[in-house]
Amino acid sequence: MSADQKIVILGAGQAGGQAAVSLRQFGFEGEITLVGDELAPPYQRPPLSKAYLKGKLDRERLFLKPITFYEDSKINLVTQVSATKIDRAAKTVELSNGESIAYDTLIIATGARPRALPVPGADLGHVFDLRSLDDIDMLKPMVRGGHHLLIVGAGYIGLEAASAARELGLDVTVLEMADRVLARVTSPVMSDFYQRTHETHGVKIITGAMLSELKGDDDGKVKSGVLKSGEEIMCDLVLVGIGVIPNIEFVAEAGVATKNGILVDRDCRTNDPSIYAIGDCAHRPLVHYGRDGRLESVHNAIEQGKIAAAHITEKPRPNEDVPWFWSDQYDVKLQIAGLSQDYDEAVVRGDPLSQNFAVFYFRAGRLISVDAVNSPAEFLTAKKLIAANADISPDTVADTTISMKDIMASALAKQG
Amino acid sequence: MVKITFTDYEGTSRDVDANVGESVMEAAIRNNIPGIDADCGGACACATCHVYVAPDFLAKTGEQEAMEQSMLDFADGVQENSRLSCQIQVSEELEGLSVTTPESQH
Repeated sequence: MSADQKIVILGAGQAGGQAAVSLRQFGFEGEITLVGDELAPPYQRPPLSKAYLKGKLDRERLFLKPITFYEDSKINLVTQVSATKIDRAAKTVELSNGESIAYDTLIIATGARPRALPVPGADLGHVFDLRSLDDIDMLKPMVRGGHHLLIVGAGYIGLEAASAARELGLDVTVLEMADRVLARVTSPVMSDFYQRTHETHGVKIITGAMLSELKGDDDGKVKSGVLKSGEEIMCDLVLVGIGVIPNIEFVAEAGVATKNGILVDRDCRTNDPSIYAIGDCAHRPLVHYGRDGRLESVHNAIEQGKIAAAHITEKPRPNEDVPWFWSDQYDVKLQIAGLSQDYDEAVVRGDPLSQNFAVFYFRAGRLISVDAVNSPAEFLTAKKLIAANADISPDTVADTTISMKDIMASALAKQG
Repeated sequence: MVKITFTDYEGTSRDVDANVGESVMEAAIRNNIPGIDADCGGACACATCHVYVAPDFLAKTGEQEAMEQSMLDFADGVQENSRLSCQIQVSEELEGLSVTTPESQH
């Protein structure tokens, strides 16, 4: 691509930031404009519900690159502005500040927004989402002993916040609509483990809980949550973590193909050859699974940022890794390799009543995913085995007398 | 400020000024050092900030915790002097530290 080309990146999160960095790394010399709706430059979100919430990490240390990087690299970073409309014929984007910006290539990295709590009282004071640095900065002063925190949604974000809040001495109740925590994302054995871990740390978890309303005090601040059962839980702080919705409406309106996300191919191209989509907002081929889907993860954001930049600069496509995730709660590090949806067999390696074990997921006899609890060997091995589509039996991984090194060596040897 | 030299697998060296208290990985990322990915941002979750520490500095970089050890056990191209740079805290003692980055972190 020649130096008079203009690339506009919509969304300055992990994916957008990575695309900008990679474009320069891969030698793109044209104009790069990175448009984000937050005040901060691209930053890491994962620590928000962990170290940053606990006050263990300064704001600047969240930034993917220091603010000077963007000027030094001639990347126009435009903050606190969002895109409102794409004119694909004119190749322009209308922005929320009334300006219009022209592109030769457009990269959409608009991410996702928290799903709003669909009950009366959701707009009361001291009810927070857990998505942005601003969200956390607003609630942080209240995250200390003496406060009563109600968390709506027992997904990873909600549970990580519960862990941080307990460590800071808050009284914590978690509400989950499903009959177990993490129901949407993992197996019952993992749900049991996390429920037990949180209860041991003094978190009250209510599953099958239908929240009907949040009640406020005279100052308009939340004071309780009322369940359909009639139970009322007193609180002075509510965190909502009930999933996210991709920010794709204005993209779909422009005629770019979408599903549950912007449809892209392996090079992150949409149905418009001038438009790419990356990160949480993209619906991508999942090459290790023979299907497509939308991933909400750091791995995906970084990988697709690199892939789009590589394709634009005509470099070979970077490796498509097996999707991976992690979650830190208390002294438990969970590392997840692969996608466990649609598994038909779950095998536990180790003792799920201990702090070190892993659950291996199979579909039609093939290993598709692993949840590794304080077990990096299981995590890293599984990632390689899934990448290699290795032939490995459930009985083998369940046998803790065989080391992961030996399991990997024999599985890979079988492949020749 | 503590001077650290990063040398990539092709032999190109780059000096950076690191802050006491940050990790060697953070110093690398801040200064746009190629060859260190650090996908997880320092959570010791991904093993993509693998470096080789100059042998005379190895003892000064501190003890490996169990998590780092296991991660390194399964990383590619591991040597005696391998470390995850997110787990090395910069201190005055590390003035002049020299590390080499592997060809690939993935």
